[in-house]
Amino acid sequence: MDTPRSVTFILTLAVVALAIFPWVGESFYVSLVMRMMILGIFAMSLDLLIGYTGLVSFGHAAFFGLSGYLLAIVTPDSGPVSIWYALPVCLAGAALAALVIGWFSVRTTGIYFIMITLAFAQMLYYYFNENTDLGGSDGIFIFYKPTVMLGSWTLLDLDNHYTLYYFIFAGLVGSYFLLRMLLRSPFGQVIRGIRANEARTRALGFATFRYKLVSFVIAGTLAGFAGFLEGLHTGIMSPAHLGWHESGTAMMMVILGGIGTLYGPVVGAFAMVYLQDWFQELTEHWLLLMGGFVIAVVLFLPNGIAGLIPQLTGRLRKKSPAAQENGDE
Amino acid sequence: MDISVFLVQLLNSIQYGFLLFLVASGLTLIFGIMGIINLAHGAFYMLGAYLVFWLTGITSNFFVAIVLGLPIMLLLGYIVERTAISFLYKRDHLYQVLLTYGLILIFNEMQKLLWGTNFYSVPVPEILKGSIPLTENQVYPHYRLFISMVCLALAGVLYAVIGKTRLGMMIRAGAVNREMVQALGINVGRLFAIVFSLGVVLAAFAGMIAAPVSSVYPGMGDQILILSFVVVVIGGIGSIKGAFIGAMIIGLADTFGKVLLPDIASVAVYATMAVILIWRPQGLFGKA
Amino acid sequence: MSNSGSNSFTRRRFLQGTAAAAGVTAVSSFVPTRFAIGAKAPVRVGILLPYSGTYAMLGNSITDAMKLRLAEADHKLGGRPIHFVQIDSEMSVPKAQQNTQKLVDKEKVDFVVGPVHSGIAAVMAKMVGSREGPIMIVPNAGSNAVTGPLCAPNIFRTSFSNWQPAYPGGTVMAKDGHKTAVTIAWKYAAGRQMMDAGTEAFEKAGGKVIKDIEVPFPDVEFQAFLSEIAALKPDAVFAFFSGGGATKFLKDYAAAGLNNSIPLYGPGFLTEGVEAAAGEAAEGVKTTLHYSADISNAANRTFRDAFEKATGRSANVFAVQGYDAGELLIKAMGAVNGDTGATGAIIQAMESAEFPDSPRGYWKMSKAHNPIQDIYLREVRGSAQKLMGVAAKALEDPATGCKMS
Repeated sequence: MDTPRSVTFILTLAVVALAIFPWVGESFYVSLVMRMMILGIFAMSLDLLIGYTGLVSFGHAAFFGLSGYLLAIVTPDSGPVSIWYALPVCLAGAALAALVIGWFSVRTTGIYFIMITLAFAQMLYYYFNENTDLGGSDGIFIFYKPTVMLGSWTLLDLDNHYTLYYFIFAGLVGSYFLLRMLLRSPFGQVIRGIRANEARTRALGFATFRYKLVSFVIAGTLAGFAGFLEGLHTGIMSPAHLGWHESGTAMMMVILGGIGTLYGPVVGAFAMVYLQDWFQELTEHWLLLMGGFVIAVVLFLPNGIAGLIPQLTGRLRKKSPAAQENGDE
Repeated sequence: MDISVFLVQLLNSIQYGFLLFLVASGLTLIFGIMGIINLAHGAFYMLGAYLVFWLTGITSNFFVAIVLGLPIMLLLGYIVERTAISFLYKRDHLYQVLLTYGLILIFNEMQKLLWGTNFYSVPVPEILKGSIPLTENQVYPHYRLFISMVCLALAGVLYAVIGKTRLGMMIRAGAVNREMVQALGINVGRLFAIVFSLGVVLAAFAGMIAAPVSSVYPGMGDQILILSFVVVVIGGIGSIKGAFIGAMIIGLADTFGKVLLPDIASVAVYATMAVILIWRPQGLFGKA
Repeated sequence: MSNSGSNSFTRRRFLQGTAAAAGVTAVSSFVPTRFAIGAKAPVRVGILLPYSGTYAMLGNSITDAMKLRLAEADHKLGGRPIHFVQIDSEMSVPKAQQNTQKLVDKEKVDFVVGPVHSGIAAVMAKMVGSREGPIMIVPNAGSNAVTGPLCAPNIFRTSFSNWQPAYPGGTVMAKDGHKTAVTIAWKYAAGRQMMDAGTEAFEKAGGKVIKDIEVPFPDVEFQAFLSEIAALKPDAVFAFFSGGGATKFLKDYAAAGLNNSIPLYGPGFLTEGVEAAAGEAAEGVKTTLHYSADISNAANRTFRDAFEKATGRSANVFAVQGYDAGELLIKAMGAVNGDTGATGAIIQAMESAEFPDSPRGYWKMSKAHNPIQDIYLREVRGSAQKLMGVAAKALEDPATGCKMS
């Protein structure tokens, strides 16, 4: 499962590029990259479920959207809210929702798991869609970004474009290392065991239900963190943020980037957002392109972009012994 | 709610349940027998509605339009199965969800290219135009009665085909154990192609039958899609009987939800599903 | 398009008149900026409308009609060519910010035309209205807030506020002698605002709304609600749905036999563009709107012919709103001879714009930048919308919450 060296190299380059991007990129693209990073965190959290625990959730957007809505709810109309209050509330809300939904869902498997997670997400979707106090289908504004203060000293000013960018960037990198640590821990070994063969893992004496539930809650909380950032970045939350199209797009990012690789889904998020933007510029009938692309990825690139990198670099180095050793995980 | 109003709402529930069953039957077939999650089911429903609109315009006969439209959808289903779905049988559900999601995008755009973005409707056929008085100011149209009849007939036919015929036997066997069926010399690939095409035809048929009471517009399949999934899952995947009961339950939950709990009407449907799945994770008639 | 040439000529002549008048006040703020650098550089017009999904028809109608008007003016704005940047809004609020940013920051458009969806309108208004930058023209989204609390000097609307077409409907209903009514609409902001306006007018005129039914958006299963209405036996029903939902509602209403005993009223979107699809089911439904295909002025006839010739479709109210958005662009850029840098003068020209030759009849901008316009009473007869008269003359939105008015 260790990341191939070629990939580590490319990822390091990518991180450096992201770090200097705000100083060279146009403001539209800087904002677009913020969106990509946020969706990257979201997709990464879904990969913990799909790629590592073997739980194909079709309702992951529920936690993403719920957390954003919580930010909107705790932000008063009159001024900003402290991040030391807002962030814990949003994360706890997402975690609690994941605990409840997970409690009922992880007992089921296969198609039933896909469908029950979808049902719960749809329930939340309709709750927000019909709650006119929270803006109904039009959505709700977050007029002020939370303050980040230490005592009376402003630590970060999130209204500043650069600060916000690096805040999200730090969130992305932090989430990645957090998940990596988690997956290398004994807990990570167990959930991967569950994905490979749940019955065997249970026979080894692990309470798989509990492990799956914990994984579900962690993924939900992280999705909630992404949702918090989304609310911060866009300043609006709408029911569509919880809809099944959003969950489906996140799945697509995971597959496109490379399932079960952590960094893959981030790559997938970048690629998806960019492609949508690009296809739209190409033609009015961009949905045809998008649909065709999705199908092509499923049929011809099941391991995603991440599956390509070791293959390509390996070929470049003409099968040197090192490359073989580093080949596909 | 007095008793006559209650009875009328009960009738509405059953009526809605029939419509849902029409859509869900094809889905449960594909779902249960082939193990394929077909998100494009709603898109086929929409294409059916557009097709019957287009063909009714040409032939000026609703029934002829249906008869002409169904083979077209059968062919489309067959092509889709051969060129895309058939590669997914051994893959994770995840890939099926995504591939059929891609299909939705393509079919939606194709619909736009072929028929534009206007909304249309299909007139109720002349012989079904009348109605029966229900209360002092509400009537029950013959066409809705016709839908109920069609739906009951379809339920009976499906039940009989799957339970009693050789094709049904192969289908059931193929669902339980592919290798065994293959070993017995039955071409499972072809069998699945047939089942998928039939499922597509059922979706399109539902769209066609619903067209005169609904209207025909872009994205009409998206709304019905998720609801039919709910129906199938409640009933137990692959069970025609389950889909029928599930459709009735959702019909009831939706209708009475709207009347009694107007503030959370849509939530009520999904809450019903969650409760049933918590109680019976395999659905009402699903096999573990 | 040759026959519309003379028409646009009179438009242009008229335009010069207003430009001169506006020029008196505008000259002081007229500082040639970008214009001085590139007189022939194209004016950049961004469009954010739905071209896919249920509301694609609206996006197409608006865009085609706006381009038609600009084509009549030789594809020029204030002497400069036009460059369009068109984005499919997908009716997606989550993508609204990114799409708006793309138009404003990346494409650096001078004008942004859109959207249809009120939620997206709020996002755009918030982003565009809070900065020095492009001027926003709303060719549909009726949210009261856009020219209410969110109103801004650089936000204009050529369509309507939700209040406008709904309020006169309530008055008409009361005038027809109805004492009680049930309102039914989708449960979202536009539906709520229209039902509130209709109820306000109806109750002011002595009527009583006995039940307010909210249908989950965008659900189209109406049967349960129709039975409820049948049991309540009101004198009339006031309804708002649009597009495919409207067709289905009209058909279900008639199929349930309710049209025989309880007449149906509503804002014009209930029957706009769906007459053919709804067929006999829409017979006798009375609606109020700022447009009617039957309006007998020459401008409307020329417009309808030109639109049909250009697109092969019949014009509708959305097309009119797009057409007038094009007209507003022409007026604005004409007033400053194509100097997109003269924002102050452009805004002034747009604020004082009058539209004597609009297909919908004469209208002008209010202080809150929303049309002051006539609202027509229409009735569907024989699958066609018949103009029954003017329900409200020069109706102005109250613009509650707008600090400009």
